Parts: sequence; C-alpha cells; structure tokens
Amino acid sequence: MDQPTLTHLRVLEAESIFIMREVVAEFQRPVMLYSIGKDSSVMVRLAQKAFYPGKIPFPLLHIDTTYKFREMIEFRDRFTQEIGARLIVHINQKAIDQGANPFRLGTQKCCGLLKTRSLLDALAEGGYDAAFGGARRDEEKSRAKERVYSFRDSFGQWDPKNQRPELWNLFNSRVDKGESIRVFPLSNWTELDVWQYIHLENIPIVPMYFAKMRQMVVRGDTLIPVEQDIPLLPGEKPEMVMCRMRSLGCSPCTGAIHSEADTVPKIIEEMMLVRRSERENRVIDHDQEGSMEIKKREGYF
Amino acid sequence: MATACDSPSTGFESLLRQDEEKDLLRLSTAGSVDDGKSTLIGRLLYDSKGAYEDQIASARKASVNQTAGPLDFALLTDGLRSEREQGITIDVAYRYFSTPKRKFIIADTPGHEQYTRNMATGASTADLAIILVDARSGVLPQSRRHLYIATLLGIRHIVVTVNKMDLVDYSEEVFEQVRLDFLGFAGQLIIGELKFIPISALQGDNVVKPGTRMPWYSGPSLLDYLETVSVSRDRAFEHMRFPVQYVIRPNLDFRGFAGQLASGSVRPGDPVMVLPSGRTSRVKSIATYDGDLAVALPPMSVTLCLEDEVDVSRGDMLVPPQHPPHVARRFEAMLVWMNQKPLDAGRPYLLKHSTQQAGAQVAAVRYRVNINTLEHESVERLGFNEIGAVVVETKRPLYFDAYDENRLTGAFILIDPLTNETLAAGMIKGGIAGETQRSEEWLAVEFSTSRVTPAERYVRAGHRPFAIWLVGGEDLAYGLERKLFDRGCLVHVLRGEDAAGVAQAFTDAGLISICRVAGDDRRARDSVERAVGSDRFVVVNAATLPEDPEPAADEICRSLEQRGYIRPQPKPFTGGAGI
Repeated sequence: MDQPTLTHLRVLEAESIFIMREVVAEFQRPVMLYSIGKDSSVMVRLAQKAFYPGKIPFPLLHIDTTYKFREMIEFRDRFTQEIGARLIVHINQKAIDQGANPFRLGTQKCCGLLKTRSLLDALAEGGYDAAFGGARRDEEKSRAKERVYSFRDSFGQWDPKNQRPELWNLFNSRVDKGESIRVFPLSNWTELDVWQYIHLENIPIVPMYFAKMRQMVVRGDTLIPVEQDIPLLPGEKPEMVMCRMRSLGCSPCTGAIHSEADTVPKIIEEMMLVRRSERENRVIDHDQEGSMEIKKREGYF
Repeated sequence: MATACDSPSTGFESLLRQDEEKDLLRLSTAGSVDDGKSTLIGRLLYDSKGAYEDQIASARKASVNQTAGPLDFALLTDGLRSEREQGITIDVAYRYFSTPKRKFIIADTPGHEQYTRNMATGASTADLAIILVDARSGVLPQSRRHLYIATLLGIRHIVVTVNKMDLVDYSEEVFEQVRLDFLGFAGQLIIGELKFIPISALQGDNVVKPGTRMPWYSGPSLLDYLETVSVSRDRAFEHMRFPVQYVIRPNLDFRGFAGQLASGSVRPGDPVMVLPSGRTSRVKSIATYDGDLAVALPPMSVTLCLEDEVDVSRGDMLVPPQHPPHVARRFEAMLVWMNQKPLDAGRPYLLKHSTQQAGAQVAAVRYRVNINTLEHESVERLGFNEIGAVVVETKRPLYFDAYDENRLTGAFILIDPLTNETLAAGMIKGGIAGETQRSEEWLAVEFSTSRVTPAERYVRAGHRPFAIWLVGGEDLAYGLERKLFDRGCLVHVLRGEDAAGVAQAFTDAGLISICRVAGDDRRARDSVERAVGSDRFVVVNAATLPEDPEPAADEICRSLEQRGYIRPQPKPFTGGAGI
C-alpha cells in the first residue's frame, strides 16, 4: 500500500510536537528558553500546536543580558502577551551591578556572566528539570552530534564523550535530583526549513530580520549596529547602510549583513544563493577556536 | 507585528512554494576515515547548494557566480575538538542538505570505534543506508558488519558506493569484483533493494553529476538515486497504532488524546479499542491547531477525541478492534548492547517501549551473533557492542508488533534504573509460541477491588464479557446460546425482571448474557446498556435476520466475531525478525 508522503516541513513539525509532548508527560517542571529570535518564534508556534486547544503548559524563560536590541524587547513583550504565554525574564543583576559589560570584559567573559551564569542560576532557581532550547544541529559543527535530549549534570555541564545513545523516538528521560535535560525539538531543522516554515505558517518575527536602512559602524567586513554605548575606534563613524540581521544576539556582538531582502521569500532566496553559515556574523562563535563547544561544556545552550 | 508579508508573485515565489512541498529522506552512512566518507558527505553538502543556485538562475534567466574552488570537503563535516585532536569521528553526527527535489538527513556514523553502537543508533531512524567501499581494498569485514547492522535495524534500501574509482583507473573489472563479493555475502540477509554505484568522491564522478570517465556505467549518480528512490512502501504496515502520549484537558468540554500516529490511518467514525483496558469507542474528531482533520496519516502528531467517556491515559494504545497488536509479558528480541557493563540476566532493568515504561529483565540469552560471519554463538551474556537474541520478561504486558512489520511498535530500549544510562536497543522478533496472546485476551485494568482482574477472567473464559439485547423469539435465543456454548463461550439466557442488575453481574464475572425480549422497550434497553457499559452491549433485532433460527444464530456469531467480541478461528503467530 503506497501511502501519500507528508512534506518535509510537516514531518519535522510532527517530530517536534512529539518531542514536546514527551517532555511535558515525563518531566516535573519543564521550561522553554525563549531568545526572541526566529527559532524561538517557530518553537513557540510548535508548542501552541502540541497542546492545542490547551495553552502552552510551561513558562517561557528569557535570559536578558540588558544588551538586547530595543526592538527585540518590544517584540518579546507584545508577542508573549498576544498568545497568552507565561513569560519569565531573568537578569544577572549582581554581575551588571558590578559593572559586567562586553566592552570592559571582552565578549567571552561577558557571555559567561550574563548568559551562561545567568541561565544556570535561572534554571536552578526555578527547579526546572527540562529546558527546551531552539538550537539546531546544522548551526555549527559542534552541534551536529548533539542529542535531542542532552543530559546535563547537576552543574549544568555537558560531556560530549559521554552522551546517551538515542534510538528511534525512544528518549531516555531519567534524571536524578539536580540533574536536568536540555531538549532541542528543532534538532533536525535547518535554517532553510525554519524560514520556509515561517513563510508557510505566517509566523511573527522581529522586524530586524528584514532589510532596511540602519545606522551602522562598518568595521572590516562586519556591520555593527549603533545601539547602547558602543565604543568607536579612531576614525569610525556611524553611517546609514541597507542591511539586516541573520541572527539576533546582544547588540554589541551581533553583526548585520548587507542585504535588500525585506520579505521572507526574499530572505529565503538570498539564503539559497549565499553559501555561508548564519552564525558567521555572531562575534562570540569566533572569539576562541572551538568556542561554541567550550561554551556548551560550561552550560551555554 | 512583523509577519511574513509576501511581495507580488515572482518566478521565485512559485519555486519557493514548490520547494516547501518536497519530502524528506533519512539515510545513514558508514565507512571509515580511509574510505573517504567525509569527502563524500562534504561534496554532497556543498555541491547540492549549487543545484539551488542553478535553479534560481534559470528561473531568473540570469547567471550566478559559481565559486567552487579547490576545497577540502572533509573540513565541512569535521566535528568536536576531541575528535579533531584524534582525527577521527567517534559519535553519530547528523548532517543536512536539500536539493529542489528532497530534503536529506544523514546520520553519519564512524567506521571503526564503537561502530556497532553508533551504527545502530544512526540506522534506527534511517530508510536508506550508504555503505562505502574503497575500490582498492574491496569488501572488508567492516563492510559486512555495516550491511548486517543496517538490515538488523530494518533498513530496506542499501547503496554500496564503490569509492576511489580514480585510483583504480575507473576499471569496470574492479567494480564488478566488489559487486560480486558483496552479493555473495548479502544473500544471507533480508534486503529490499541493493544498489551499486562506482564513484570518486574526490573528483566528483557519479556523486552529484554523472561522471564521464566511466562510460561502462549507465546507472544514476548517487544524488540522482537519492532524489528518486521511493521508501514509502517500506513502512506499509496498514493497521492503526496510536500510542497515547498525553491527555489534553483544558476544560470540561474537551478531552483529547495526544500522540503521533505510528502506522495505519485514522478517520472520524473509526472504531477503536483502548489497550490495555479493552474498552471500545469511536473516533469523534481529529483535533489540531489548524482545524479538525478528515484523516490522519503517519507520522502526524494529532489529538484524538472519542465518542464515549472511556478511560485513557499515557502509555495506552488506541488500535482497531479487529486488528490488535500482540500482547505479552515474555517475548523474543534482538538486542544491541551499548554499555561497558555487560548484560546481566536476571538484573532489574527499565524498558521503554512506545510511550510506556515497565520493569523488565532478560530471562535468557539465546545466542550471540558473530557479526563478521553471522554465526550464532552460545554465550551466557552480551558484552559492549555485541548483538544477540534474548528472551525479555516485563512486569506489565506490552502491546507490540514484530519489529520487521512495524518499527515504532516493535522497538524498545533498556535503561539502567540506578545510573539512568541507556544500556541497549531492542527489536522484538515476536512472542514465544504458546505464550503470546492477541490483545483482546489481555485486559489488565482492574475495574473493582476484586483480586481477580478482568484480564484473568478473560483468559479463563476465552472471550470478552458482554450482554446481547435480543429482540426476537425464544428459539433464536436458545439456539444462539447453544451455538456460543459450543464455541467454548460461557453464556446464559436471562429472563425475568431485573435484567440490568443480572446482566451487569454476569458481565463483571466475565460471562455473556442474552437478554431475550419480545418487544424493544427503549427504557429497559437503556438501563441494561448503562449497567454493562456501551462497549459491552450489543443489540440484535431478529427482524433483520433470516427467519430460520439456525442461520440467524450463525449470522449473529459471525457479526460478533467481526466486531471482536468473540474469538475468530485461532491464528498462528507469524511474526519474527528473521535475521
């Protein structure tokens, strides 16, 4: 019997929904890490679908470094309110009060304090035993071997050499007290899948993904948005550039790219033509050789 | 709020719509560093992007700048730091690429270290396996291992790519020899389709585009084949299996059972049986965020609402009453052992199967498979990365199909209850002769405080308990009683006032009662139906049957059989992994 096959997007959708339902059924206190980016938008839509007609049965947690773009925060508050989700915002206030910032500490240390430390604190405070993240295996080399259920010890750390084998759709959800699982329901999605799904489902995303004239500092090949108090190098001065963001992080660490793509189809077309990985313009991935893997071992998503 | 606002339709827009409709193929690859596997995958990943550029260019009638300079393709797939230091892959890595025809997920597994564990993991979700052979060295023991594990995990399409043809002068004889050697070994295994393609990953011959240097080869390039191979027939298990993941109950008006359809299809109105309770109902609706569906197909994740208020919770399975899975607490399985600590027969393990977990132990190791020779070896236990046939016992009955027939309802994992590690992957071959029961014989839910469960009554009686509301003459009632009795049923014709109370007692006791009435009194009928439960209540009106009681009773028996109330002629168990 030849059954009609589902499209790749519907297969991925069904798989992600399956994963979310497994987690909610098998864990005591799940939470969803919400980063405001396009992957988070997709993840939230999948959660709405997984528990329809019920509401999303876990809170969304945003780790706010206070260096996020204004447009991101506005979008976050409006979007979560519209869909009736419970939003928890966590800030490592202690580190900020002590003057942690990327210009003084360098991006590596800043990330460690305002993102990784802050995330681990928030997870411990909430007593969460499972945390959804929007990471995909195609994003970066070190993620290609990441499990869907990624086990973390009681310090939130990841051991790439000692991962549980993961077969079929049989996920091992057993953890002891204090241990937790990071769950990646978008593991098998690629950047192209995410954009196609946003297009197909008409999912709201932060307007910064779309090209328009923006004030930028041009530093070598990188376009740095003028926001917060970014220190300028001698001779630098902001200029108006037609550009957009490929991925959204903190304003001092997120580079923009020259682009005219102001609609989702144009973004997809641009992506099909450019053989470049999307994280390329995220400064943090380059600040140390194998840097994403090091961050992940320490507890970063 | 910014949304995906579409610009007016262009050539690209229709191309995009088309691209969103393509399907998905999951494949696994195996080979060692020396076989040039990373180079092959790197080339697939990189060159397939060119396909998009070509397509867009032709849609736009423009030219694109192709910048395919000399590249070390292997670098594209390089992974973790620790591996980079050692220069080998040590774990399953997932790679993704798309062409305008399909999206592909590659589970890339290493050839040497811990190949069994990793290959089994990668193969568990794959529909197709690429096995790399170095043309210079021919078929090695590891090629045979790869093939065995792929078939054990249920992969039905095997592509043997004979790589490095450039280093053997693109010789047809060399390719033929590899093919014949491989076929000699493959004959012992169950394979749906076995394909051989001569390639040079480094030079690009027959990987994405057909090569010009092997005019003797007229088949497709590897990518051509991957783009067109049909795998939908592989998973053609037609009976519905719906393991319940989660009960969605946002308010008093909605109670839905969420899950992913493992096989078959489901439509509103379809009769379903709940395992393990054996209660039956019909599908009222298939609820999704995008609206109710007229039909659900695998692997859709949906929410089913039922007509009746039957008790359903996580771990239960919804199945067609006529085609239930097997139910047993003891079964045979193939086991891939994945932990340093060897298998310990008699130790308590945790078993996860579909959406349920149960305590389990391995009662016996039948044999170990020597994966180089496929010989069965007699052993006491299985060690790390070993494969064998075992007998598993679970504390609760599992409802399963043989893995060969249905991957999702035939697979399980074993977990260490102390360390929480995943220890083994299991594939159910089938029940053990004389110990397996069809599921209608196993109803494990306790409806009362009685120490005797409905399941046990069921096993004793050999049929489901129910009441027949028979509108008709005495001849028919007693004729039917006789027929059912002769088939081995425990049955009695009720007369008198309190039909409801007696029928309920009889039904709870596991018996069949025939409530014979001359006229169909609606109120009396409803009270009996309420007392015994609507899934244990059957209405028969003699007016719709032959006048002669004999054929009329036969017809009632046939109908009861079809609806799963009484057992059809016993069928021999035919499952078995066969490897």
